Amino acid sequence: MTDISKDQVRHVAHLARLAVSEEEVDRMTKQLGDIIHYAELLNELDTTGVEPTTHVLDLKNVMRKDEPRKWITREDALKNAPDQKDGQFKVPTILE
Amino acid sequence: MTVFDYTLEQLQAKLHSKEVTVTDLVQASFDRIDEVEDEVKSFLTLNKEQALEKAKQLDENMPEKTNPLYGIPAGIKDNIVTKGLRTTCASQFLSNFDDPLYDATVMEKLNKEQAVVIGKLNMDEFAMGSTTENSGYYDTRNPWNTDYVPGGSSGGSAASVAAGEVFYSLGSDTGGSIRQPASFCGVVGLKPTYGLVSRFGLVAFASSLDQIGPLTRTVEDNAYVLQAIAGHDNMDSTSANVDVPNYHDALKDGVKGLKIAVPKEYLSSQEGIQPEVREKVEAALEVFKSLGATVDEVSLPHSKYAVAAYYLLASSEASANLARFDGIRYGQRAENAENLIDLFKKSRSEGFGDEVKRRIMLGTFALSSGYYDAYYKKAQQVRTLIKQDFDKVFEDYDVIIGPTSPTPAYKIGEKIDDPLTMYADDVLTIPVNLAGVPGMSLPCGFSKDNHLPIGLQIIAKHFDEKTIYRAAYAYEQATEHHKERPNLGGAK
Repeated sequence: MTDISKDQVRHVAHLARLAVSEEEVDRMTKQLGDIIHYAELLNELDTTGVEPTTHVLDLKNVMRKDEPRKWITREDALKNAPDQKDGQFKVPTILE
Repeated sequence: MTVFDYTLEQLQAKLHSKEVTVTDLVQASFDRIDEVEDEVKSFLTLNKEQALEKAKQLDENMPEKTNPLYGIPAGIKDNIVTKGLRTTCASQFLSNFDDPLYDATVMEKLNKEQAVVIGKLNMDEFAMGSTTENSGYYDTRNPWNTDYVPGGSSGGSAASVAAGEVFYSLGSDTGGSIRQPASFCGVVGLKPTYGLVSRFGLVAFASSLDQIGPLTRTVEDNAYVLQAIAGHDNMDSTSANVDVPNYHDALKDGVKGLKIAVPKEYLSSQEGIQPEVREKVEAALEVFKSLGATVDEVSLPHSKYAVAAYYLLASSEASANLARFDGIRYGQRAENAENLIDLFKKSRSEGFGDEVKRRIMLGTFALSSGYYDAYYKKAQQVRTLIKQDFDKVFEDYDVIIGPTSPTPAYKIGEKIDDPLTMYADDVLTIPVNLAGVPGMSLPCGFSKDNHLPIGLQIIAKHFDEKTIYRAAYAYEQATEHHKERPNLGGAK
């Protein structure tokens, strides 16, 4: 049985790009642990040789023609942006 | 009797005989919303000005022949993108997403039918939940008793139809999110076969499971709405390229000779099925027998593993899908971020609610290095076994029938603090999504104590919605449950 540690919860939160308070770490350690324990019910089943299902329909490599077409304008694309400058999305400094 | 007691066909007749106008219908929707919305809270955003303007245009330009949705007021779940109309997914992250740039394919199709959008409906945030208590705004209440949950995640979609605020609505169903609220609110809700309805413009939760579907008062209306939204779409690469049959034609074929399978797991107290729910389903099966159908007990032996497999798979897909909410292009943006990663983290943590964070965390864990095979791949293999259970039963049977939910609606606040128990209640709806087959919930009675609706679930093979409609219509016509109305806001 896998137990989840607080450090693991902090690591997963970082991977998921979530900021978590210590109180949330405590709570999530307990809740995720419970859910993971419950999910280990699946280990009762021998799935050796069973193909995983990623998708229920038998569709493969659906392609369309690679042709330019009209879509939204730059102005439209920026319409809902929280911050912008010179027709571009503005983000905090990435490189010093 | 109010206009809300008429079917889509009857309403079209009344529009043509000039007994009512589109404006009357749209005004009736907003009047009813004024009357009951304080109690029910189905809506997040109303579209009044535009809806009345459109009604006027439709009245002025009414053609000689109209399709069933012409001028009919509809509600849309708030995870379906509507051009120029605020779309929040009931998340604070999108509270200022006031001006979406395009319409979902289902909206283009409804617009083509000249439907009138009354507003956007409340839901569990990003469709994660079973009660609508995970909305980032407020709880929606069950119209039959406002101390009770309407179900979820399409709680607003079910409650608005049950309360007579709209004539039909669209919801989405990833693990039961159309069928379970339809069951709790006493309406007809269909989750179509995966791939039948385009997901383009449906804000993705779990892409391999999500489907949009209709919630209506009657089976016939449901068939008409599905007809309008079904079909192949180049904008959704998982859209199935199949011919869409005429669903209405199938309604009146009757159920003589229909072969019904009843999974013993779906009536078992081990899965938490309440005796009263079991009784109503058994009574419904007697109705089917009296109409000439045959009923046999079968087994879906992997049912008990479905909930665990689902929460791993759906959460994994959600953790990837919700990565797009970064605080840069739209939505919530934190102040005072020190750097880019900090901006992502702060914006997401401020904008997402607890259940959404929990599922993103679970999914990220299941996909993370060292755990992928043990959890994610294992769950995908179990998904195969569950799908095979259905394939096997459908070799010999036309439909599978059981309850939609183990219980009627429960009280607001009763289960929200215990995620695992709430997840377990989805045991009867989740397998249908994992297998990708279509399923419907329709009313089959009421609980004795509180007079809360109980839902019957009808499941068929891939792309065989016709048989579901045929069975559901025969049952509905032989019973009276769909004629009952909640006692709300004075007018029945």
